[in-house]
Amino acid sequence: MERNRPRPRPRVSGALRLLWSHSKGGARLTRSSPAVEALLSSHRLRAYEALPWLAAVAAFVFFPEYHALGAQILTAILFALSLDLILGYAGIVTLGHAAFFGVGAYTAGLLAAHGWGEPISGLVIAGIVAGLAGILSGAIVLHTKGLTLLMLTLMIAAMLQEAANKAGAITGGADGLQNMRVAPVLGLYRFDMLGNTAYIYCLAVLFVGWLVTRRIVNSAFGRALTGIRENELRMQAIGSPVFRRRLTAYAVAAALAGVAGGLMAQTTQFVALDSLSFERSGAVLIMLILGGVGRLYGAFIGAPLYMIAQDRFAQQDPVYWYFWIGLLLVLVVKFARGGALAVLERVMRRYRVRP
Amino acid sequence: MNALLSIAFHGLAFATVLYLVSVGLSITLGLMGFVNLAHGVFAVTGGYIMLTLMSRFGVPFPLSLAVTCFVVAAGSVVIERLLYRELYGGDELDQVLLSIGLVFMSVAIAKYLWGPLPQPLHPPSYLSGQVFLGSRGFPTYRFFLIVSGAVVVTLLWLGLERTRFGAMIRAAVDNRRMAQSIGINTALLFTLTFALGSGLAALGGALGADILEIDPGYALEQLIYFLIVVAVGGLGSIRGPFFAALLVGTADTAFKYLQPELGAFFIYAVTLALLLWRPQGLFGRA
Repeated sequence: MERNRPRPRPRVSGALRLLWSHSKGGARLTRSSPAVEALLSSHRLRAYEALPWLAAVAAFVFFPEYHALGAQILTAILFALSLDLILGYAGIVTLGHAAFFGVGAYTAGLLAAHGWGEPISGLVIAGIVAGLAGILSGAIVLHTKGLTLLMLTLMIAAMLQEAANKAGAITGGADGLQNMRVAPVLGLYRFDMLGNTAYIYCLAVLFVGWLVTRRIVNSAFGRALTGIRENELRMQAIGSPVFRRRLTAYAVAAALAGVAGGLMAQTTQFVALDSLSFERSGAVLIMLILGGVGRLYGAFIGAPLYMIAQDRFAQQDPVYWYFWIGLLLVLVVKFARGGALAVLERVMRRYRVRP
Repeated sequence: MNALLSIAFHGLAFATVLYLVSVGLSITLGLMGFVNLAHGVFAVTGGYIMLTLMSRFGVPFPLSLAVTCFVVAAGSVVIERLLYRELYGGDELDQVLLSIGLVFMSVAIAKYLWGPLPQPLHPPSYLSGQVFLGSRGFPTYRFFLIVSGAVVVTLLWLGLERTRFGAMIRAAVDNRRMAQSIGINTALLFTLTFALGSGLAALGGALGADILEIDPGYALEQLIYFLIVVAVGGLGSIRGPFFAALLVGTADTAFKYLQPELGAFFIYAVTLALLLWRPQGLFGRA
């Protein structure tokens, strides 16, 4: 019987109507209009949004021997979160997101190897350089769609990897970039072998990255992105500067990915060629898919699942790990589209639990 | 002069392998728009099956080649029916993910069954040895490879241009709905084309085993070359991948021969430039 109830209106339509009325002059919107309510209510922090942070703190307290792995997981979450912004919200399918991760990693790494060891400014610079790379490459690739877009993103990442491979004098080539000297965070906390500092540092950066991303996707800009994903022509028709919006999102995501790359470089004090590889682009895609795309929290579920499973399985043999992750992907596409969060949502809807 | 001849010869051999593997992908992409990143899996499976038949069971070369193509084509139909069919016309992301999943599984399965090392190809005695052009010797096997490539191209071209089945494929690539409404069974057509494309990929993988080595990472590492050929050539034709394979094969060989310190960088840059100039590929339609 429940099935006959009217389906809840998709959330995007509120934003669309808001934009629509803006383009007509827009002054008639009042505080009580449902569109404004929809926008405002999505800003509010909900109780469950504290869960990832509580879990992260709990993990720090209860698993002291896993802090190094934990720092890597937090980095991966930030990387997946940046992908969610363009894949989940702007609907850009990319096979080369590692390009920006790698650019950030090499930027932070080169800075630290050449005397600029201060980590926070290093991260900021890594983010800026990766963001610039995002603007440059986005201006080229975002004019295309489908297979061409996939290919162009793949090509750019492959080119960068090959360039880093061949420019061994600067990047260390296949041996990786070594001799990094990262200064203590804030001049106080030295990066230790156990990864205690790294964990807290990554957690703090991830928190800032999450705040930024959350702010973006809930803003009018974020709603416009979703609108473009759902119906590009209509957004164009109501006067949204489609290309510029997509390019902005691409650049922001690139900058966040660059920060994630910088984090990895600083916490491991090493940058390898594989930070630019297709495998990494694929892995971050998989993490996000496992968690759920376009939900902001997919990265927080998918990345830890992937990284912990990899840590367990890959100890036996890194290649057999590929089998399980491949099988999991096939199963997710066949039976659990939308990843863990979509499945959770379906279960909760069945039992009518409200978040 | 010698260098030029050498580049042309080895480039042509590489182009043949690229063409055989990629042409099926191009046509199926043009027909159904399915982004099948797992196409290389058919090629590497072909390579493994043929090499195993030859080395472990002593099956003669021509017979094992034929068996390989048939087995892979039949196997691909099963995969198409079970996994791909429901994703046609669907979300591009789902297609990418499903096929990447298959690639990953193939990497692990190949390593489990055949180990991490590349499988050596021992051509039969009548195809080993060298042929001399002027003062320079070239492997006979690669001559055979290039000639077989030329034969396949001719057969494909005749088949597509001169037969009823070819006309149906062209019609369906042009306008699938129209083709459907005049009574062409596009689903069946697609399955047959898919099987043909996979069989050709298996042929390419098996024949080209001494150029693109058959090892567990094949489907992942060579994927980028197959995709380049398809994207540069444009979707849905046999002419597009032909010229693209020639271009990519010879250009890549030449660059790596003349500028080894830059490696594959050139071919990526050329592809990028070509795709920016013509996003639909050289022979694709807008």
